[in-house]
Amino acid sequence: MKIIDRSSLDKLFEKIKTSGYKLIGPTISDDAVVYDELNSTNDLPIGWTDEQDGGKYRLVKRNDNALFGYVVGPQSWKRFLYPPLQKLWQAKRLDKKIATIPEQAENTKYAFIGVRSCELNAILIQDKVFTGGEVVNSSYQKRRKDNLIIAVNCTTSGGTCFCVSMNTGPKVKEAFDLALTEVITHDEHYFLVETGSESGKILMEDIPQRTASQNEINTGEELIKKTSASMGRSLDTNNIKELLFNSFDHTQWDKVASRCLSCANCTMVCPTCFCTTVEDVTDLSGNIAERWQKWDSCFTLDFSYIHGGSIRNSVKSRYRQWMTHKLSTWYDQFGTSGCVGCGRCITWCPVGIDITEEARVIRESDNLQTISKEEKSNGIA
Amino acid sequence: MDAMIPQSYRIQRVIKETHDTFTLELKPPDHLGQFIFNAGQFNMLYLFGVGEVPISISGDPSKTETLTHTLRAVGTVTKQMSKLKKGDWIGVRGPFGSHWPVKESIGNDVVIIAGGIGLAPLRPTIYKILSMRQQFGKIILLYGTRTPADILFRRELEKLRSRLDIDIYVTVDHATPVWKGNVGVVTTLIQRSPFDPFNTTAMICGPEIMMRYTISELTKRGVKSENIFVSMERNMKCAVGFCGHCQYGTKFICKDGPVFNYEQIKKLFGKREL
Amino acid sequence: MESLERILQEHSFVKDLATEHIQLIVGCAKNVIFEPEKFLFKEDEEASEFYIIRSGKVALEIYTPEYGPITIQTLGEGDVLGWSWLIPPYEWRFDARAVEFTRAIALDGKCLRGKCEHDPKLGYELMKRLANLFEQRLYAMRLQLLDIYNLRSTK
Repeated sequence: MKIIDRSSLDKLFEKIKTSGYKLIGPTISDDAVVYDELNSTNDLPIGWTDEQDGGKYRLVKRNDNALFGYVVGPQSWKRFLYPPLQKLWQAKRLDKKIATIPEQAENTKYAFIGVRSCELNAILIQDKVFTGGEVVNSSYQKRRKDNLIIAVNCTTSGGTCFCVSMNTGPKVKEAFDLALTEVITHDEHYFLVETGSESGKILMEDIPQRTASQNEINTGEELIKKTSASMGRSLDTNNIKELLFNSFDHTQWDKVASRCLSCANCTMVCPTCFCTTVEDVTDLSGNIAERWQKWDSCFTLDFSYIHGGSIRNSVKSRYRQWMTHKLSTWYDQFGTSGCVGCGRCITWCPVGIDITEEARVIRESDNLQTISKEEKSNGIA
Repeated sequence: MDAMIPQSYRIQRVIKETHDTFTLELKPPDHLGQFIFNAGQFNMLYLFGVGEVPISISGDPSKTETLTHTLRAVGTVTKQMSKLKKGDWIGVRGPFGSHWPVKESIGNDVVIIAGGIGLAPLRPTIYKILSMRQQFGKIILLYGTRTPADILFRRELEKLRSRLDIDIYVTVDHATPVWKGNVGVVTTLIQRSPFDPFNTTAMICGPEIMMRYTISELTKRGVKSENIFVSMERNMKCAVGFCGHCQYGTKFICKDGPVFNYEQIKKLFGKREL
Repeated sequence: MESLERILQEHSFVKDLATEHIQLIVGCAKNVIFEPEKFLFKEDEEASEFYIIRSGKVALEIYTPEYGPITIQTLGEGDVLGWSWLIPPYEWRFDARAVEFTRAIALDGKCLRGKCEHDPKLGYELMKRLANLFEQRLYAMRLQLLDIYNLRSTK
């Protein structure tokens, strides 16, 4: 474990950029922490933290100059790894024959700074979706191959965070190149650096650094422990796959549907949601056609359109589809949960629907049913 | 070959089957030469500048130099496709999806139950099974459609009927004065169909409601769930498991289906708005 | 007569009836055959017999002035044909024509009807079986009405 200071961090940024990477990291725009290109550590949300709750997000000034003293904003890294708008191919018509020209993958190499553990897990989940099956999404694969990840261990927890419940944080465990833990006190400000790969090691070469003392390492661990103990939300994942699969007719779906606006915010901010649609367009001459891929959401009415109508016509069925997919059927499809506990869907829902609360209600009423069955068999009821 | 990019196929022949259904016989591009698929699979057909639709392959799997699709002109894209002529070009991506269990049914009776356009994805299976006729027991086709004018592949069915080794029963919901054949929903043919329920593979394709009642009739006769196969349909955009549209509970219709063993989807089938 | 009894005993319409009732029904039964195009019964005729089809095909038809006869349902092996013998005014409501050579068991409905009046238990059992038949036919007819091959949303 090494220690660097802020000036070394700036040198690291420089090195990443001169190595040909586009450096993306957190910065403030439109009163939120978003991910954008960074020039130096000056672009980071220095001295800011966030207050998050159901349907609420506010940036609040800290009483120090921490560079990473907040959690996650509305955006996730999927906007770079799987862009919202992508041209798939172009087709030209000559006479009647059609010639298709696949879109060349861009040569941009992305370096992400400030990736939180929940987000890293989300990237790994999307890796499974796009590269773990028989057909591999080649453009996604290319972007991930050249992807540099500088993770940050959370030293503060968010109001809607529940990574501990989902076993996805707050400490990063794998698939990173470097992992930083920021320690800031009255008189000190340093970053513990853990190397996670060969690329990370190379990056750290000739960056001014020193070895961390055991005391300093412990300080870092303590901060992460405190973060674990102060999660804003929690979700009981015990048997959740079966619980939700068997709750298809639960009355809770009607209740949440009466609040849900099917605005699709949750799917847009969720770092694992991957649904897209395609659009075929032509130019005015009609000789050139293009196919574009766009982010889509299972909350839209025509998502499940077939034979003149939509299978999931009601908001109830669409909310149920999203939540059941995220917490239950994702296991059947990809072997893991689809949720990383980042809390974005709770924060950015305009009516503050809380996925952890919905799961709790369904589980508790299920428990009630089980208890009453037991009571009956024990002759109590 | 990139599964996301359509290849240009030339239309060799257009056959008008009924008032709203047509068949396209396509020639693969020179650099491919042939099209190989398993009965039950589908392609994504692309009409230049208009859009793409998932359509089951309806031709003989052994005739690899021609790719055949039977389409019903019901939406924007298919209506435009119904105007295509010989010599026009169409984009093809595929084949995708799972297939009917022909090899797995060797030794069994095979009951094929088709409703409406559902006969099209089952036609390749009929060809395949007949090419290996000795290896199966009784072969029975039960085909139901709306009216006599909607009967698909009529001449072919009549030719098949003249064979002595396949039983064909056709029924319509609404008869015309000249129709002297069966009248009634296709499910009513099941109880009196001469197959051995304990040694049968059933393959069903049609509107979901028809498949549901067919499964119920087959089950009444003693056919086990693991011997019943259905072909499911959902909205599709990518056909390779990335876009998420075709999800059906735990399954992706494009890669886990469209052909499913009923035993596997028993818990999903019939759930409303799933 | 023995094979007739066996066939009847195994048919869902007669199965599980009390022995004396089965004997009664067997007593009212006889084998019949219909050449292709022959009518089993015609609309408005008195419904005195009903049939259990053993083999062949029977078309239920309604005659329309504009188009002549139109088939509304086809029945075959194992199907019970006709219930108007037990339901007033005991007259057939449509034609039944053999489409191909048909073997059937004809049952004397008129006689059975009389027996049911005197033996309510028999009457109830036969009514139950007819109710089952109505339900099956109604079910199938509803599917026919649904026009399942043309279902499209009107939203």
